[in-house]
Amino acid sequence: MIEIEHLTKRYGAVTAVSDLSLTIDSGQIYGFLGPNGAGKSTTMNIMTGCLSATAGKVHIGGYDIFEEPRQAKKLIGYLPEQPPLYLNESPREYLRFVGEAKGLRGEALGVQMDAVMEQTGITAMANRRIAALSKGYRQRLGIAQALLGDPQVVVLDEPTVGLDPIQIIEIRDLIRDLGRSHTVIFSSHILSEVQTVCDQIIMIAHGKLAAFDTPENLERKLLTPSEIALTALAEPGQVERLLSAVPDISGVELRGEEDGRTAVLVHVSGQDIDLVCKDIFLAFAGANTVLLELTPKKASLEEVFLELSDPAAPEETEREEDAR
Amino acid sequence: MTAVFRHELRGNFHSLTTYLFGGCLLAFIGLWAMMYNLQAAVSNFEFVLANSCLAFVVIVPILTMRTVAEERRQRTDQLLYSLPITTVQVVLGKYLALLAVYAVPLCVIAIYPLIFAQFGEVYLPTSYGSLFAFFLLGCALLAAGMFLSSLTENQGFAAGISIAAILLNYYSVSLSEYVSSTSLGSAVTLYVLIILLGLLIKYVTRNENLAWGIGFVLLAITLIAYWLNSAAFEGLLPRIMTQLSLFERFYVFVNGVFDWTAVVYYASVIAFFLFLTVQSMEKRRYN
Repeated sequence: MIEIEHLTKRYGAVTAVSDLSLTIDSGQIYGFLGPNGAGKSTTMNIMTGCLSATAGKVHIGGYDIFEEPRQAKKLIGYLPEQPPLYLNESPREYLRFVGEAKGLRGEALGVQMDAVMEQTGITAMANRRIAALSKGYRQRLGIAQALLGDPQVVVLDEPTVGLDPIQIIEIRDLIRDLGRSHTVIFSSHILSEVQTVCDQIIMIAHGKLAAFDTPENLERKLLTPSEIALTALAEPGQVERLLSAVPDISGVELRGEEDGRTAVLVHVSGQDIDLVCKDIFLAFAGANTVLLELTPKKASLEEVFLELSDPAAPEETEREEDAR
Repeated sequence: MTAVFRHELRGNFHSLTTYLFGGCLLAFIGLWAMMYNLQAAVSNFEFVLANSCLAFVVIVPILTMRTVAEERRQRTDQLLYSLPITTVQVVLGKYLALLAVYAVPLCVIAIYPLIFAQFGEVYLPTSYGSLFAFFLLGCALLAAGMFLSSLTENQGFAAGISIAAILLNYYSVSLSEYVSSTSLGSAVTLYVLIILLGLLIKYVTRNENLAWGIGFVLLAITLIAYWLNSAAFEGLLPRIMTQLSLFERFYVFVNGVFDWTAVVYYASVIAFFLFLTVQSMEKRRYN
């Protein structure tokens, strides 16, 4: 659906996006993730024809955004970071203008306007002044505008920024809903949001593609679990003695002691955590000691994110392979 | 383009400044018509228009200041860039909406000569010829004002530089009497103007080679021309200032001459500033 090839954008001496290439297929929700200033908005602005590129190409549904902007833009609906609204107008007037600019006329325009207002839940506000609407409703109106003309791709730049928790949940639900009928690309610097909503995560840092995969794969590939949470019905001394016999353990951290139970966190140095779990289980079983919990701890995407966006972090070959 | 035009038109008629513009224009012309045509009982309506010209200094910036600057301030220009319409369509739509707003009070004014004709001898061809030229003059100034509005996101600043520019143009003929008419003075001033033009091209197109190229070629031509025939530069500067005056062309119509070269001149000025507006908006995309 969208092909970005060797995209580079420089603002004077600053390189915002550097040789970025990726392919986005239709019918999924893509999360564009990166810290502030990573080049998310720049990439989205170029993708939607709002900004030129220093080098590289972008194709939307086969149309070059720079050479055939009219056809390419018809396939895309875009909500910039700040919803581009005319505050003196009502949502209905505003949507009428956007619809007309997208080539809709007469009855088709009316039907689509009603449909997108219904979908984004702003029908009740249709005739108020936009200036009097809350931030959440303005964001919805921005999304409604992007949906007009039934584009195949909807690009949303940080749609949940500045909203209260309830509004954030509503917008996320809306994005999920949109994902059923459109390709949705939305950017965020909030991990949990991307993790819960997206089918695919595109991580960018310092204008470069850092990772591109499903949330689950990213976690699995980038950070293998290296810790095991363990709770046993035994004295701390005995737990430590039993663990000392197990190979590939680099350290044991006492977490708590209560009613004869001991909770510890085991740091694993080896690669195969399942093998370590097995060895621990057998060691405790052999000593007739009851294990209440034995859980390999998965790293959260948060840690992956921090690692990837850390400028000091060394480049990993694995990351390069993931970067399709 | 029709979408932008209709949207702008609706926006204009929802905005107080539009009514202020129409009101000021009607008041100015009404005032002069009362003084000339009614009190002094002169039958020439064109004199009223000639005297009302100064109103443009105030009313054109009122109308044009928000056109593009407001889009930038509200960040709605991003919407315009992302819609499947070209910048040329956006600029034309906006400009035509301005013209429509400008045409409304002029339609009212167009009735005046007919009314006066009921009570005396009014030479209608000159009246309507002048009104036509008055319209063209306004169109050219609106195009210039729109361009100035596209340079900034601050409406006040856009209005300020528009007032300064129109005022300068209005008095350029009077000022031309005070500038140096020696050939050296003219040449030096031309050099300065060429450098300014180069800077403007660089700012608008962001193309340094183009700016340097044009600037250098023009400077070389001027230098060679001055070296070959310095007498031709005698009084050149005042002549240029007179030629650049949009108002001076209008007075020809007031004197009863329908000057086609002036019509072409106004059309070129309009096209020039619309082109610059498009370039200025496109520049945002290429920053």
